[in-house]
Amino acid sequence: MYRYLARRLLQAIPVLIGTTLLIYLMVYLLPGDPARALAGDRRSDPVVVDMLREKYHFNDPFLVQYWHYITGIVQGDFGTTVRGRDVGEIMAERFPWTINLALTAIVIEAAVGVVAGIMAALRRGKFFDNLVLIATLMMISIPTFVTGFILQLLVGVEWQVLPVSFNEADGFKAYILPGYVLASLSLAYVTRLMRTSLVETMRSDYVRTAVAKGLPQQRVVLRHGVRNALIPVITFLGADLGALMGGAIITERIFNIPGVGGQLAQSVYLRERPVVVGMVTALVLIYIVANLLVDMLYAVLDPRIRYE
Amino acid sequence: MSEIAKSDPNQSTEAVSAADIEIGAMGQRVGSLWTDAWYDLRRRKLFIGSAVVIFILLLFSAFPQLFTDHNPRDAGACQLMNSLKEPSSSHWFGYDVQGCDVYTKVIWSTRNSIVVGFSTVIMVTLVGGTLGLVAGYSGGWIDGLLSRFADIFFAIPLMLGAILALAVFDTGDAFTVALIMAALAWPKIFRLMRGAVIANKHNDYVVAARALGGGTFRVTVRHILPNAIAPVLVYVTISLGEFIAAEAALSYLGVGIQPPGISWGLMISDAQERFLLASHPLLFPSLFLSVTVLSFILMGDAVRDALDPKSR
Repeated sequence: MYRYLARRLLQAIPVLIGTTLLIYLMVYLLPGDPARALAGDRRSDPVVVDMLREKYHFNDPFLVQYWHYITGIVQGDFGTTVRGRDVGEIMAERFPWTINLALTAIVIEAAVGVVAGIMAALRRGKFFDNLVLIATLMMISIPTFVTGFILQLLVGVEWQVLPVSFNEADGFKAYILPGYVLASLSLAYVTRLMRTSLVETMRSDYVRTAVAKGLPQQRVVLRHGVRNALIPVITFLGADLGALMGGAIITERIFNIPGVGGQLAQSVYLRERPVVVGMVTALVLIYIVANLLVDMLYAVLDPRIRYE
Repeated sequence: MSEIAKSDPNQSTEAVSAADIEIGAMGQRVGSLWTDAWYDLRRRKLFIGSAVVIFILLLFSAFPQLFTDHNPRDAGACQLMNSLKEPSSSHWFGYDVQGCDVYTKVIWSTRNSIVVGFSTVIMVTLVGGTLGLVAGYSGGWIDGLLSRFADIFFAIPLMLGAILALAVFDTGDAFTVALIMAALAWPKIFRLMRGAVIANKHNDYVVAARALGGGTFRVTVRHILPNAIAPVLVYVTISLGEFIAAEAALSYLGVGIQPPGISWGLMISDAQERFLLASHPLLFPSLFLSVTVLSFILMGDAVRDALDPKSR
C-alpha cells in the first residue's frame, strides 16, 4: 500500500506544476500588457499599472516570473487586489460560510443519497426504484440556479417554511435550502452510485454465502452488502467536497451568502481580475489536493488497489 | 458477444427474437452494432420524444423568425411601458423588466445555446478523439506524454477553469465560451477514446488488417475507429446537455455570453433581482433550459442503452 501511496503522491507533482503553469500562462502571458489587463479599467492609472508590473515581476524573464508566482503560492500568497488587500486574507475571511455550506451539502448528499440508493437497490424494478430514477434524472437535468429559484419561490415564499435568502441570525436553518441546492446534482449521482454499487454487491459470492448460512436479511444487507457497496460512494463524496467549493459560486450568489463563492461571483461581476485569478487558483489547488487525499483514502479502504 | 451472434445470418435462426425478425425483414446489411442500435432506438419512446424536442430546438435556432414576428434587436422591440407585464393571450410569456417580449427573447436565445453546445462538442471530439486515437494506438512515450498532458487539464474543474479563462478573455461571444469549455473538457474524450482503442487494437481483425498490408492510418481509421467510437458517442450526446447548462451558468455569472448577446442564462440573471415581484421572466428561460438539457441527457441514455446491450 505504501508503494501505491508514494507513487500517487509523486504523480501529483507534475499535475500541480502543470496546472499552475497553465493558469499562469493563461492569465499573465496574454498578448498586450498584462499589468494593464490586471488593472481592469479602460483608462487605467499609470501608477497602478507600474505598481502591478513591479509586483508581478513582468519585467523579468518568463521562468523567473513563474518562479515568483509559484513560490508565492506555496507561501499562501495569492496576489492582492488593486487596492492592495491580500487575496488570501479575503478568502480566509470568507471561508467559514463556504465550509458550513459545503458540509451541509455533503451531509444532505450522504444521508439522503445513501438511504434512497439502498432502498432503490433493494426494490429494483419496482415503483420506488423507478421513482428514484426519474427524480435523479430531473435533478441532473435541471441546472443549479433554476433549482435554487424554484425552491426559493416554493419553500421560501409560498409555503414560508425556510428563509428565502441567507441571514446569519437564522443559524443552521439558513443553510438548509442553499445546502440542498448545492447538493442536488451530486445527490443524484450519489443515489445512482449507491444503487448500482449495492445491486452489484448483492450479486457477489460472499453475499450469497451470508444468505446461505441463514443470516437475517437485515444483517446481510447492512453488514455484507452496504458496507462494501459504500466504498465507491465514500470516495465520490470525498472528491465532491472539492467540487462543491466550485459549485458554491452559483449557490452563494443566489442566496446572497457572503462566502468564497459569493465573493468570487461578485469579483467576476466587477471584473476584479487579481481576486478572480487568486481565488480560482486556490480553489483549483484545493480541488486537486482533495482528489489526491481521496485516492489515498481509497487505497486504505480497498486493499485490492495496491496490486495495481 | 450477442452482437456477433446476431451478425452471423446462419446462427440467427437458432435464437430468433423480435428484433432479429425486424432486421431480417429489412434485407440489407443484417445486424451490425449500428443497425441493431438504430432499430433499438427507433422503438424507444424516450428517444423519439427527445429527438423531436431537439429537432424543434434546432428549428428555433436556425429559423427563429418562423416562430415569432419580432426580433429582440429591432428598434422599439422593447417598450419600458410594458415592463414586467404578466403573460397574456397575445404575449404568452409576458414581458421582462426592460419591456421586452420574453417569448421572442427565449426563442432567439436558443441559437446561442445550441451553437455553444454543438461547437464545444465538435471541438472536444476532434481534439480529444484524435489525440486519444494517437495515444492509444502508438503507446510508449507518445502515450505517456499525451496522457500526462491530459492529466493537467483533467485536474481543473470545468466551471472554475472557465470562469478564470473567461474573466481574462473577456469577449462575451458564443464562440469564445465554446472554445474555452472545449480547451478544458477534451481530456474526458481523450481518456474514453484511448481506453477504447487500447481495448480494440489487439483484436484479431486489427491484426488481420495489418497482415493484409494496411498502413497505420488505414488500420486506425477504417478498423479501430469504428469499433472504438461507441463510448465516445454516448458521452458526446450527454455532454451536449452539460455544456449547454454550463454556458447558461457562465452567462448567469456574467462571464459567458454578454449583452448585446442574448442567452437563457443572461435572461435568468437579469430577472433574478425582481423575481419575487415577477417570476415569469425567470421561469420561461429556466423551463427552456431545463427541457433542453433533459432531452440531450435522455437521448444520451437511450443511445447508451442501445449501443451497450449488456448494461441493461
